[in-house]
Formats: sequence, C-alpha cells, structure tokens
Amino acid sequence: MNVVLDNFDLVAKAFGYTIALFLVSAVLSLVLGTILVAFRVGPISVLSKAAAVYVTVVRNTPLVIIFLFFQLGAGKVFDALRFSWVDIHIGQFDFTSFFTAGVVSLTLYTSCFVCEALRSGVNAVPLGQAEAARAIGLPFAGVMRQVVLPQAVRASVPPLASTFIALLKNTSVAGVFGVIEAAAQMKSFTNDYASERWGIFLAFAIGYIILVEIVSLVATVLERRWRIA
Amino acid sequence: MSTGVLFDAPGPATIARHRIYTIVSLVAVVAAIAFVVWKLYDAGQFEYDKWEPFFTPRYIEAILVDGLLITLQMAFVAIIGAVVFGLVFGIGKLSDHAVVRWPCWLVVEFFRAVPVILLIIFCFYAVFAGMEPLSRRTYWAVVMALTLYNGAVLAEVFRAGINAVPKGQSEAAYAIGMRKTQVMTLVLLPQAVKIMIPAIISQMVVALKDTALGYVVAGLGLTRVAKSIYPQFQNHVPTIIVIGAMYVVVNLLLTWLAMWVQRKFVGEKKVLEVGAVGEGTGGAPTAP
Repeated sequence: MNVVLDNFDLVAKAFGYTIALFLVSAVLSLVLGTILVAFRVGPISVLSKAAAVYVTVVRNTPLVIIFLFFQLGAGKVFDALRFSWVDIHIGQFDFTSFFTAGVVSLTLYTSCFVCEALRSGVNAVPLGQAEAARAIGLPFAGVMRQVVLPQAVRASVPPLASTFIALLKNTSVAGVFGVIEAAAQMKSFTNDYASERWGIFLAFAIGYIILVEIVSLVATVLERRWRIA
Repeated sequence: MSTGVLFDAPGPATIARHRIYTIVSLVAVVAAIAFVVWKLYDAGQFEYDKWEPFFTPRYIEAILVDGLLITLQMAFVAIIGAVVFGLVFGIGKLSDHAVVRWPCWLVVEFFRAVPVILLIIFCFYAVFAGMEPLSRRTYWAVVMALTLYNGAVLAEVFRAGINAVPKGQSEAAYAIGMRKTQVMTLVLLPQAVKIMIPAIISQMVVALKDTALGYVVAGLGLTRVAKSIYPQFQNHVPTIIVIGAMYVVVNLLLTWLAMWVQRKFVGEKKVLEVGAVGEGTGGAPTAP
C-alpha cells in the first residue's frame, strides 16, 4: 500500500488517463452506436445487413486484436491511421498517437455493444404503442418523438450501463498498447516493488471499483428519474 | 423489415424512395469496401510473400496446435473452473445466513468490477511468480484470472437461474419434508441447469475473447503465434486478419451452439438476463 500512497501523483495521473479514455470513447461510441442502430433497424435492407455484419464481426473479435491492428497494421495501409497528427497536451496529460489509437479501438469495439443495447431498447417497445400512435393520426416524426423513442431510450438504460461498465474495464487494454493508464501503472509498480504486490493490486482494484460504482450509480439515477409511475 | 414498431407498411411512393436509397447506399458500401481493398493492394498487402505462412503446412500446424488449441484449452479450463466457482458463490449468495451471503456477495461483486487485465497481471507476478517455464506460468495466470472473472459473472447467472425456477417447486419440496440441501440439489438445481446451459456457452465466447488478454504478460495461444509470425515475414496486416478471423469463426460457432441448445432444451424462453455490476436488480444482458 505504501508504494501507492508515496506515488499518489502517479496513480492519480494513471487513473486520469483511464477516465479520459473512458469519457472520450463513451461519447464517440454512443454516436457511432446510434448511427449503427439507425442503419440496423432502418428500412433500407442493404444498410441493415451492412450494420449487422459489422456488429457480428467486430464484437466477436477480441479487443486485443483490434488494438493490435491499429498499433501495427492500419498505419502500414493508411498513413492517417498512424495518428501521428494527434499531439494535444492539456496540463500534464499528453494525448498522442497511442491515446488516439486506443480511443479508436475502444470506440469501434464498444459501438457494437451500444448498437445492440439500443436495439434491444427499440425491440422492448410493444407494437401496440406505435399502432395506437399511428391510429390517432400522429405523423412519423410524432410517433418517433412522442411515443417510441422515449420508451426505447428508457428500456435501453440498463444494457447501456452494462456496456459502459465493460468499456471502463476495457480501457485497461490500452495500458498494454502504450497509454500509461491505471493497469499499465499497476504493472510497473508490481514489477518494481515485489514485496507489496498484494497491496498494489488491492489499491488499483479499489480504484476501478469506485469508478465502476460511479457509472452504475449514474445509470440507476437515470433509470429512476425516467421511470414512469 | 417493412412493418414493425418503427414503420408502417410502406406505400408506393415510399417504396420508390426506398429503392433510390437502397441503390445509393449499395453504391456507398461497395465503394467503401473497394477503397479499402484497393488501399490494401496498393500497400502490397496481397503479395504472396505476406500470405505465405498461411499456406505453409509447418505454419498452419503451428497456428492450429500452438495457437488455436491452446487458446481453446485455456478458455475451456477457465470455464470449467468458472462453473465451479460460480456454483459455490451463486448458491452462497442465496444462503439464508447473512454470514455466508455477505462474503459471497463481496467476492462476486469484486471480481465482476475488476478488469481482467489487472487480475492477469496480479496472478502472473504474485500468485504464480516462481513457476517455470514461462509459457506454463502465463497459461495458469490467464486461466486463473478468467476463472475468477467468469466465475463471478456465472455466479450471478446461477443465482438468476435458480430464482427463475417457479416458487411452487421449492414450496412443494419443503411441504413434503425435504431439507434445504435436498431442495437445492434434487429440485432447484436440476431445473435451473437447463436454463443456464446457453448462458454458460455464451460466457465461453467472452472467455475465449479474453484469452487474448494474455498479451499483457507474455501472450499465449493465437496472439503468441501471431507475435512470432509477423517479425519474420513483416506481414502484420495479413496475420492480424487471419488470427482475428479464427477468433470470429470459433465465436460464431459457439454462439450458434448456444442458440441451438437454447432452442432444443429451453424452448422459446428468453436467455437469462443478469444485472450490471453494482446494481441491485435489473434486466441487463451479460456485459461484453
């Protein structure tokens, strides 16, 4: 435990990277997942099939393989995918090519699960709701905005929460590929201070548990606020 | 696709419009694929040199035996361990005694919330620190980490499965004078197992994907083989495509198996749903 307390600034910075990876990838995968689900449930069967293939392939691929691809493969084919053009420094945090490759990998992977979570939300809306809305003469936009989507969003909060908790834990993979976030920091401590391995593990585990609890708390609050009756 | 909760049955004008959208999107998708393929070709990724190892018997054997077989073995051993772990802690969480229930709850929530990578690093450096050779040490570190994580997830699955057995079953069993252990082993578990098997197989997909996380220590199985092929041939893209495809194919087979078992033995009932970590109840599907 002493190592962690003595180097608390390093630990805080590492978890800062974890949080940054999580927040950026969460927002981007929410956007990409929404686009995917729009294709997936939309009336154009070509787009629907394309989205289905993408989701099936990517979510059955290990995250490590996707990271490997952006680390070693993509840059050899597309120059822009080396991400060497990203060079942002905010305070003591450096967001460079490793960070960007991590965000891209996490986003591509997580957006599949976001798509599936949102789709399960849409499927949870009973058919009668939409039929009734159409029967009283609401136009398409009205059916969507006032009847279907509010219920679909509400129903997709729990699966989305699971997805984002998984994303938070998956940020640790970025530690293997050059971002000094919590898991990478833990590995280097574990390497350097052999006698305190249990304490180091527990400290970092508790850090992750706190973050996971925050995400799940936000989900619970949202679910409660949006619940009807 | 045309009728459903989102859209009314389309009329003639809509059908005509959809036809235009279909053509436009088809062109866009084909163009995107063609662009990627052309870029790959342009970068010389289709040259025979780069694909040679995947047509050479010696390498195919290495990929299948040192790669796929080890990966499958790790996932399988981990799932067996996870089933045992899950049974113990899942039933523990249902105990009538708070002394048993709370520690079980703590253990399950802990291992569900901690990233697998952390567990692998810990097992590799602390638990199996002295083990030789390196490949065996990696093997057991990954297996143990996956056992703990998937076991914690399966504990929730088992709890949900036992709770899904109709209440009348256990009430009837108590009424004819069975003891708690008898109710569990003779009445509840046999019925719950049937519902749980598809969930266990789906969990195997998660375990199989997570074996790749062994990359953080020394790597074993398919990722290890990939690591030894591309420095030699400078063929990162083909190797990653081939290795990734192998994971996808095995996972699809497992998913298909889970669905088949679900249809065959469970019927139309939905797959068991488990809440997210840190959440009391809820209907979230198992986390990816």
